[in-house]
Amino acid sequence: MSMFKKTNEEFVHEVELLSGQNLFSCYQCGKCSAGCAFANFMDMLPHQVIRFLQLKKVEPVIDANTYWYCAACLTCTTRCPKSVDLASIMEALRNIMIRENRPYIQVFSLPVEIIEGFPQQAAVSALRKLSG
Amino acid sequence: MKLLYYPGCTLHTVAVQFDQSTKEICKQLDIELIEISDFTCCGGLYPQTTENLMQLQAPARILVQAQRTDPNLELMTLCTFCYNTLKRTHYTLKKDEQKRNILNDYLEEPYNAKVKIVHLIEVFRDDIGYDTIRKKSKRSLLKGFRVAPYYGCLLLRPMNEIELDDQEQPSILEDLLYAIGCDVIEFPYRFDCCGSFHVVNKPEIAEQCSKELLRYTEQFHANCLVTCCPLCYYNISRFGGTDFNFQIFYITQLVGLALGIEPIKLGLDPEIINKFISDSYLV
Amino acid sequence: MKTLNEIEVTKKSEFKSTDTKMEFVNIFFAGKRYRVLKGLTILKALEFAGYRLVRGVGCRGGFCGACATVYRTDGDYRIKVGLACQTMIENNMYLAQLPFYPAIKAFYTVDEIKPSGDLFLRYYPEIMKCLQCNTCRKVCPQDLDVMRYIAAAQRGDVSRVADLSFDCLQCGLCASRCPAEIVHYHVAQLGRRSYSRFMQKPSTHLSKRIEEINSGKFNNEIESLIKLDRKELEIIYSQRDIEPEEEIAPKKDED
Repeated sequence: MSMFKKTNEEFVHEVELLSGQNLFSCYQCGKCSAGCAFANFMDMLPHQVIRFLQLKKVEPVIDANTYWYCAACLTCTTRCPKSVDLASIMEALRNIMIRENRPYIQVFSLPVEIIEGFPQQAAVSALRKLSG
Repeated sequence: MKLLYYPGCTLHTVAVQFDQSTKEICKQLDIELIEISDFTCCGGLYPQTTENLMQLQAPARILVQAQRTDPNLELMTLCTFCYNTLKRTHYTLKKDEQKRNILNDYLEEPYNAKVKIVHLIEVFRDDIGYDTIRKKSKRSLLKGFRVAPYYGCLLLRPMNEIELDDQEQPSILEDLLYAIGCDVIEFPYRFDCCGSFHVVNKPEIAEQCSKELLRYTEQFHANCLVTCCPLCYYNISRFGGTDFNFQIFYITQLVGLALGIEPIKLGLDPEIINKFISDSYLV
Repeated sequence: MKTLNEIEVTKKSEFKSTDTKMEFVNIFFAGKRYRVLKGLTILKALEFAGYRLVRGVGCRGGFCGACATVYRTDGDYRIKVGLACQTMIENNMYLAQLPFYPAIKAFYTVDEIKPSGDLFLRYYPEIMKCLQCNTCRKVCPQDLDVMRYIAAAQRGDVSRVADLSFDCLQCGLCASRCPAEIVHYHVAQLGRRSYSRFMQKPSTHLSKRIEEINSGKFNNEIESLIKLDRKELEIIYSQRDIEPEEEIAPKKDED
């Protein structure tokens, strides 16, 4: 990957390190995607993300919005028959992007009209997960 | 009994009725709440990667403060975000001594990993007991009132770290609701996400998730949804408020009603509540 | 004005002392070494070295917060901060002045803001990124608990923000060190402004005094003062009651 100064192998290795998961544990049953509350908003389904990473195809994963749309609700992690912590893999992808200074949102892009009566935890979580 | 109480960011502003109703119930059940003074934010969601020391500082600070306030008391939280984050942080720091030592270098006071974090519903189950609550319930006002328990995503997951109840077949909310005389429905969508923090930058996601959830609630002929999470409460009442005929309650509000506390003290509008309940279901 | 530079070098240090008892120390300002008298504050040392300070200096009493300085002492890796008018120089001290910090400032009309829970989130949403590293607390020259007032701002507790940040001088050092890019001092100012506008009880003394002035109670006194000449005024001025000094004086005697 030229834009990261990182090869695809290095990128996938970093995902494995950060998430603490073995990507090859996944046998593509698709249970994660079936249960994901945000699957119909995602460009690429969660189990497909893992498949692409297994094949060291990083670019389509980075371009997809899957990992930004993950809300860390842990449904996939709970249900995985192979105990792959998919939510951590998504978090690892977010972390790598944020470390490369490519966050998903900027603080001042928050829509003002929504802030009224807003639970603080939503803003804290969103800014931590999406803007680093 | 005495409990340390960590309200978190929302309980004094957005979810003030959750805080109020809890204090009222605790008065009735002889639980003394000692609020942690000048608390900081827990950091929202737990940082899941292996290199998460920086984000662990915030929850660790609260644990340290609890340990300083009174090391022998349990730390009670209400918000599921706080509960999940604090409990997982505690689990991580207890298990991983190396991580704890590194983190302690950055905290002004080291954390000894001995604080026990509990949720109020855990206190009801383990310390007070459902029988006591059943005996103390003065009103069976809520009988025939179909209640859908809604756990949300963070209350039980991941099971090996939270250890509150089974993550796919829990009964903790249902049992409590039975104890106060509610007609609890078996709600298969009790873990479905409300849209969570996406309400900040992609409100349409939260809208769709919440509306879907409410459609299921309607299909199961439930009159109300019970939650422990201020964000679920916000999302669902914001996006489903006008389209659906339902009520959303914090669990403590229903317990409070059963214990005979006036609706206004629980942050509920007495007119709406009396009408809503007495019209159809008063026994 | 010779140049438009804010800190302007007017002359090089050419101080030659014949008094051998005078002790000198080295300081490094913007990387250049100066020999200055021992026992000066940073501000005086800079002036001793020949700088004429135009910006980055104000009350010289530790109140205005204009003279924030970032420094490092010899043999210590840590960057320290302080107010130049209050911090004493040490030998081999490395200095950099921070007269202004280009932090973002929200625009609002105090009458139009609402002191509700989402007040801070509306104008400074970045406070939600706080990592609670406590760097701001460690850096504050006023020793304020900055992290806790940001926590109070996160949960929308306006009065607590106002309370904890009351002694803030707006020097901007907290913002300069924050990993989450929070502008603490402006957040605190919003808190104090909204507190004093909406929550603080209005002073009854003030309205009473204004009524007294309007009713002409002090007219005679003011007229008699106007008629006095300068010397008489000076005598009256020097003999006036100063409340804090009267309070402090007996305490010193006890010590």
